[in-house]
Amino acid sequence: MAKYLLLKHYRSSHAIAKDELVPMDQWTPDEVTAHIDFMRRVADELRERGEFVDGQALSPEGTFVRYDGEGRPPVTDGPFAETKDLIAGWMIVDVDSQERAYEAAARLSAAPGAGGEPIHEWIEVRPFLGEPPVVTE
Amino acid sequence: MTDQPDQPGQPGQPDQPGLGEVLRDLTPQVLGILVRRGADFAAAEDAVQEALVEALRHWPEPGGRPDNPRAWLVTVAGRKLVDAQRSAHARARRELRVHLEPGPGPAAQADDTLLLLSRCCHPALTPASAIALTLRAVGGLTTAQIAEAFLVPEATMAQRITRAKRTVSGQRFDRPGEVGAVLRVLYLVFNEGFSGTVDLAEEAIRLTRQLAAATDDPEVDGLLALMLLHHARRRARRTPAGAVVPLADQDRSSWDTAMVAEGVEVLQAALARDALGEYQAQAAIAALHDDAATAEETDWPQVLEWYDELIRLAPSPVVALNRAVAVGEVDGPLAALRLVEGLPADLPRRDAVAAWLHERAGDRDEAARRYRLAAERATNLAERDHLTRQASRLNRGPGPRAG
Repeated sequence: MAKYLLLKHYRSSHAIAKDELVPMDQWTPDEVTAHIDFMRRVADELRERGEFVDGQALSPEGTFVRYDGEGRPPVTDGPFAETKDLIAGWMIVDVDSQERAYEAAARLSAAPGAGGEPIHEWIEVRPFLGEPPVVTE
Repeated sequence: MTDQPDQPGQPGQPDQPGLGEVLRDLTPQVLGILVRRGADFAAAEDAVQEALVEALRHWPEPGGRPDNPRAWLVTVAGRKLVDAQRSAHARARRELRVHLEPGPGPAAQADDTLLLLSRCCHPALTPASAIALTLRAVGGLTTAQIAEAFLVPEATMAQRITRAKRTVSGQRFDRPGEVGAVLRVLYLVFNEGFSGTVDLAEEAIRLTRQLAAATDDPEVDGLLALMLLHHARRRARRTPAGAVVPLADQDRSSWDTAMVAEGVEVLQAALARDALGEYQAQAAIAALHDDAATAEETDWPQVLEWYDELIRLAPSPVVALNRAVAVGEVDGPLAALRLVEGLPADLPRRDAVAAWLHERAGDRDEAARRYRLAAERATNLAERDHLTRQASRLNRGPGPRAG
């Protein structure tokens, strides 16, 4: 088993697959509800398969923070009105193979958007660095 | 078929010394008895878990511990099983009562261990499902403990176990399956090592010991020996901070010599039966390493001979890569590099081995480059950090080679 982080980007260069993505606030309320229901259903499916580890949606507003030297307050930058690459949410799955991780990501990407059509958004799949095996010789 | 709540109280819990251990040893025996008498596996597994909960509730009371703990558990689990089936299957209940009467003999118990393990490691299950089911149904671990060992939520692990039980449910239990499938699962459990509060390596050794006691197969002993011979080095494998220490640089005085001795003894008895297999060959290699007081004293020609056997028995790119390391020690780094460069480029640790060989051949720049590549492609953190340090050591200019 291996863990993978599925990153749901929003507005990244990869986020637009087929057509320009219609912003969510311009969908009908039913379309928004359908999208959210779909995401919850996928999480439930993964839970039922014994593969779900964790998942969260993230607030779109974020701030950059960095260390500025001993005894000084941290430096902050942002929030920015327009970010080029925004992470909308993430999910962690624990699956038997990379293929299975891709399958789960593709399922997430089938979430419906405007007009009830799948939005085909790109999901970034990143393997976790795990523990080394005991036997290596 | 539901996943039962887990029993509290496990080995090491201070208020019930030994009780958890006793119950974990009895779990597969009781389950095996019920299943052999015709009970459905999934239903029997639930019933055994319920009986364990009862045992934990009543046994610590004064005079609560029964004289024959196994018979007690069989009776209680059998009653739970009957209760569960009462409403739906009145007729099946009568038949089951008849089945539950006879007591088991020692030979039947031995068969049960293999029967249960082969069912939990059924080829229809994915490795992860097989591991989870084995640890619970045979290992007697709670769902919470298994979840913690694999760093997933308990609800997820409960689902994984429930699905696994559904998959094997309805499969007949009349004869044991292939031992090879069981050995592969136990090997995977061992290789998971240690995370969280459950030492999976120890657990794998415990289960393999049970299987070795119940079967007559030199490969089972080969796997047990392999585990012992590697587990003996556990204290030397990492620094206190968690960094990887390669075999050549390990403090051999911290190896567990008693465990090495046991591993060698088990291996020799297995080899004497003249039915060589891949686990015996791997154990033989581990034994040769364990036998060397210093890395320089390693009998590499003999290690290479065993790799030749291993590659004949179980050919794979991973074995070919490990064999190349032995070739490097016997015939020199250039001969080994020719072998390594012929292996698939995406093979894990290929660049790490190539880097080591290039350094031995005197090409520090290429060695540094390959260590960096290897670090980028490492699949675990400890290995990546180790490889990054190797690359940085070479990039900092000439100096004595350090681990």
